[in-house]
Amino acid sequence: MTASTETGHPNVLAKAVREGLFAGVIAFFMFLLFVGIETYQDINNTLVWRTRWGLLAVFVAVAAVGRFLTVGFIKPHIDRRKLAKAKSGVLEISENKSFFHRHFLKIALIFLVLYPFLSLMIVGKQGSLKYVDNFGIQILIYVMLAWGLNIVVGLAGLLDLGYVAFYAVGAYSYALLSSYFGFSFWLLLPMSGILAALWGIILGFPVLRLRGDYLAIVTLAFGEIIRLVLINWTDVTKGTFGISGIAKASFFGIWSFDSGTTNNFVKAWGLSASSVYYKVFLFYVILALCMLTAYVTIRLRRMPIGRAWEALREDEIACRSLGINTVTTKLTAFATGAMFGGFAGAFFATRQGFVSPESFVFLESAVILAIVVLGGMGSLTGIAIAAVVMVGGTEVLREMAFLKVVFGPDFTPELYRMLLFGLAMIIVMLFKPRGFVGSREPTAFLKERKAVSGSFTKEGHG
Amino acid sequence: MAPGTTTMTNGINGDTILKVEHLSMKFGGLMAINDLSLEARRGEITALIGPNGAGKTTVFNCITGFYKPTMGMLTLQRRDGKEYLLERLRDFEIPKLAGVARTFQNIRLFSGLTVLENLLVAQHNALMKASGYTILGLLGLPAYRRAVDASIEKAKYWLDKADLTDRADDPAGDLPYGAQRRLEIARAMCTNPELLCLDEPAAGLNPRESAALNTLLHQIRDEGVSILLIEHDMSVVMEISDHVVVLEYGQKISDGSPDHVKNDPRVIAAYLGVEDDEVEEVIAEELDGGQR
Repeated sequence: MTASTETGHPNVLAKAVREGLFAGVIAFFMFLLFVGIETYQDINNTLVWRTRWGLLAVFVAVAAVGRFLTVGFIKPHIDRRKLAKAKSGVLEISENKSFFHRHFLKIALIFLVLYPFLSLMIVGKQGSLKYVDNFGIQILIYVMLAWGLNIVVGLAGLLDLGYVAFYAVGAYSYALLSSYFGFSFWLLLPMSGILAALWGIILGFPVLRLRGDYLAIVTLAFGEIIRLVLINWTDVTKGTFGISGIAKASFFGIWSFDSGTTNNFVKAWGLSASSVYYKVFLFYVILALCMLTAYVTIRLRRMPIGRAWEALREDEIACRSLGINTVTTKLTAFATGAMFGGFAGAFFATRQGFVSPESFVFLESAVILAIVVLGGMGSLTGIAIAAVVMVGGTEVLREMAFLKVVFGPDFTPELYRMLLFGLAMIIVMLFKPRGFVGSREPTAFLKERKAVSGSFTKEGHG
Repeated sequence: MAPGTTTMTNGINGDTILKVEHLSMKFGGLMAINDLSLEARRGEITALIGPNGAGKTTVFNCITGFYKPTMGMLTLQRRDGKEYLLERLRDFEIPKLAGVARTFQNIRLFSGLTVLENLLVAQHNALMKASGYTILGLLGLPAYRRAVDASIEKAKYWLDKADLTDRADDPAGDLPYGAQRRLEIARAMCTNPELLCLDEPAAGLNPRESAALNTLLHQIRDEGVSILLIEHDMSVVMEISDHVVVLEYGQKISDGSPDHVKNDPRVIAAYLGVEDDEVEEVIAEELDGGQR
């Protein structure tokens, strides 16, 4: 026992060398075709290939040395620390959380409310366009979408792979109704949500008999059908050209953000013209929508319907034996989730000023689902953190111009977004198999509120 | 009128709660239940026993709506005189309208919910109505708050009966096996049933837990709830049941008081595995007064 945990012991080192070599061999064969050989087009437009042995050698060396160090030094070190801890008899459960930990939600909320002003103060008007729009609004849209999907997947345990369809319904509802009839954003926002919820029910009725994988496949198909209708129904949706010139949201009808109008926000307040005011306004709109989603989710969880959703995730047959109508329960979950997708869609349309079917591909559904799974199914905090990591990570990648120095001038960092996604997923699933927040808050308690460990909750089966 | 409701009395007298008539259930070519008729009386504990594969659980699944019987009529009479034809109700309507609750052979708890939450989910229909189908509840009206308080009181009552008050805030999946069995019964009782169907409640319990279960079942019966149970443990059956029905190969072979059934030669033959032609012999011995 002690011999095997000692660093530098010949046994451990021999094992480390062996495993390091093994990892190197595997890496060699894995990367041989991907990295070792490169194809490109020459002047005559023919495809030729050349070898990159040097780069391949770097990959293999990293794998082999990494494995050697892990097995030979890092692992014995961790084991020894664990053993020392077990010997001293100190359990890792501490009742006193740090100040930051206890007030995390309040701090996060205050930060979000102050965020546009902080960025205005630090980087000025022009600079904060990027931080408010690309980071703030973009992340919050995904937070809202993921919280909406969380109701369906995280609470009710229904695997929905076509959630982006409801996002599309919301976006096109706003785009079409505002450009054909000229209705305002504040009227169409609730309407988009209701229309999306209606589509949720329409989808729900035929498919809710299905469970598990079958339900996932049909919802996937539904997402694609909506997209194909948007592409091919060119008379109404203008097909792949999309709908442009969608009206901006106004400040509750009081001030407009369109330049040239009499009640222009900038003129009314005597400010210098800049689009940053509109972005800041949009930031607060989506923040308010997110808060609404969170509030409704938290309230619903404590209502009988929310408990029925979670019970449905745990055991559908038991639900029916207790007199719960599982069909209406599933439908309400679908409709509620879809409604928030619809809200987010309407917001997306007004923010972009342009919608096309390209924004509603399957990949979007997968990204939203990945955020829900990474965050920990059912946990609002975890999902918000996951959205910041995943969406913010993508945006940060755009900023990393210095990577071009390392990988050469034709390196485009955002193309590696999916690689980041996969890497993040693997890392989180290795260390936190239940997502960032793996435990569940009970909705009622007699004496004390104890978090339910993720090992007891189920993922649902249909 | 709700589906499955009849107002005409179907030959049921007041003290019968459940009447099963000519029930048959076929799975493909297999006749799991063949022309079974039985009655459960109000306020009694009726036990359904029989060797493995006799069709006991199938009868349960027909009564509680998980299977649609191939043939037959299942009439349930509630205290207020309303009768329900169970084979015409959808599965979730049987607990909701007819007041029949059940437990499962392999425990089906909501393991990720706490013990208290399990009992609150069972009161779903009452709470849904009180919350105005969620809409009034979102506004936080006082009527809904009172309903919530009442539901927690009820949960506490059954927690106390099932001796689970100390574990109320723990996840149901964390309880030991015997406590999970008791919780499943408490959860079924929170739906306000008139007939409680228990599928092998004593399976896997040690003698002490088994005795505690007997006390719980007697308490439930004393509250006026009729019980129908499947059980293998003969000590439980003989001790607590008022009326025993014995099944073999989907047919009823004996029906009566525990003492009557215990001494029925056909039951002994079914349990001890006597060849068919020997049954006559056994009966003949019985008639000679050669009881063990």
